[in-house]
Parts: sequence; C-alpha cells; structure tokens
Amino acid sequence: MSTDRPDISVQAEPFDITAEIDALTRGRADVGAVATFTGLCRDEGGKLAALELEHYPGMADAEIARVVDEAKTRWPLTGVRVIHRHGKIAPGDQIVLVVTASAHRQAAFDAANFLMDYLKTRAPFWKKEHLADGTEAGWVAAKDADDQAADRWSASG
Amino acid sequence: MTEITLRYFAWIRERTGIPEERVQLPENVGDVEGLIGWLRTRGPEFDHAFETDSLVRVAIDQVHSNRDAPLSGAREVAFFPPMTGG
Repeated sequence: MSTDRPDISVQAEPFDITAEIDALTRGRADVGAVATFTGLCRDEGGKLAALELEHYPGMADAEIARVVDEAKTRWPLTGVRVIHRHGKIAPGDQIVLVVTASAHRQAAFDAANFLMDYLKTRAPFWKKEHLADGTEAGWVAAKDADDQAADRWSASG
Repeated sequence: MTEITLRYFAWIRERTGIPEERVQLPENVGDVEGLIGWLRTRGPEFDHAFETDSLVRVAIDQVHSNRDAPLSGAREVAFFPPMTGG
C-alpha cells in the first residue's frame, strides 16, 4: 500500500531544503511561519564510516502519511513536507527532513517536533552502523528516550 | 489452506536468512502469536530470529499490529525490530 502523496517522499537521493521551503510558501500570503528539522548522520567521534538505512517499502510511506495526517488534525498547518532517505549515508549527510508551515510559529514548531518524535518510533526504518575501522557493523538499538518522547504527545494531547 | 507473504527486516531478516517468503498457513495458526510459535519450529535460524520475543514488532498488511491480532484476511505479515529511523 504505497502512498503517492506529494507531501511525503522515501528516497535514496539527498534533498534541497530551500526548494522544499519554497514549495510550501511560494505564491502564498497566509503562511507566517515555517519550521524545518533536518536529521544528519553523525560520525560518533570518528568511529562511524556510514549508516545503512533499511526500510519497509510501501509501509514506510504509509506510516509517515498516517503521522502527517495526525499532525494536521492537531495543528492548523498550511503545509507539511516529510522526506526520509534510505540506503547508505555518510557522516555529515542528510537522513530526514520535516518542514511544517502555519500562520503562527507555535503550531509549526510543535508539529515538527511531534512529527520527528512519531517518525522515530513508528516509521519502519532501521539503521545499521558501518565502522571506520572496518569491523563488523551492528544494528542501532531503539532508545527508551525516543519512546518517552513520543508518549508525551499522547499524555498532553 | 491460506497462503500469505511473510517479510523480515533488519536483524530478524539476517537471522532468518531471507527477506520474504510465501507460506501456507497451518489451519491451527489463527493469530500473530500462533504464527510466531509455528515459525520458531521451522528451524534453528527461525528460532534464533524470534528468541528475543520482546524485540519483535509486527505489521499486518503494512499496518502496525499486536500479537493477538487475527490473521484472517491478511495478505502480508512483516516482522521487524523496534524502529530506529529519523
């Protein structure tokens, strides 16, 4: 059940943040705030050579769509854009982009924060580490802190 | 007999040794819990894939699901560890 929505992309290619902001604001006078979050690959103090992001094609798009739709019911957004990359990603390179647009800043900030918390715990992506010293790579373990960050939205919502 | 697609991701895929397969569901397997129990009997690689029970997540037809979810009508069941995207 792959979605074909212009507001969601699951792709191997990098993205152009300026172009994505422009797409949510061009020709409009009702947008007062745009918040962007970009997730990048860290080198973990020089230990990491690359991250490999595995995903579940179809479900990744569908699950991001469900999270975006939930954000739209919670905040008065004029636009949303989510891009999540898969494949091999080098330190310093982009992993994920969330752009939220609204009349006012609080909705844009909060919706972007919510989207990232939910994407981390619900979108079917898995990171494997390739180490700089060439040793056997391992799968990144999920963090309890990420679950707690997602849970706070149901506690306060 | 019901035939369904099974998909495996991340270290669960590495342990089973296959990304996906088509299987005939045994008649006595009615829910996710039963499916995991049956899969574990299929060989040491499957037993190993599912041995850390608390780290196995499941989706039915690409929607997050629970262990007690029925399999009736399911076309695709996926198993994967907790997600680490973002």
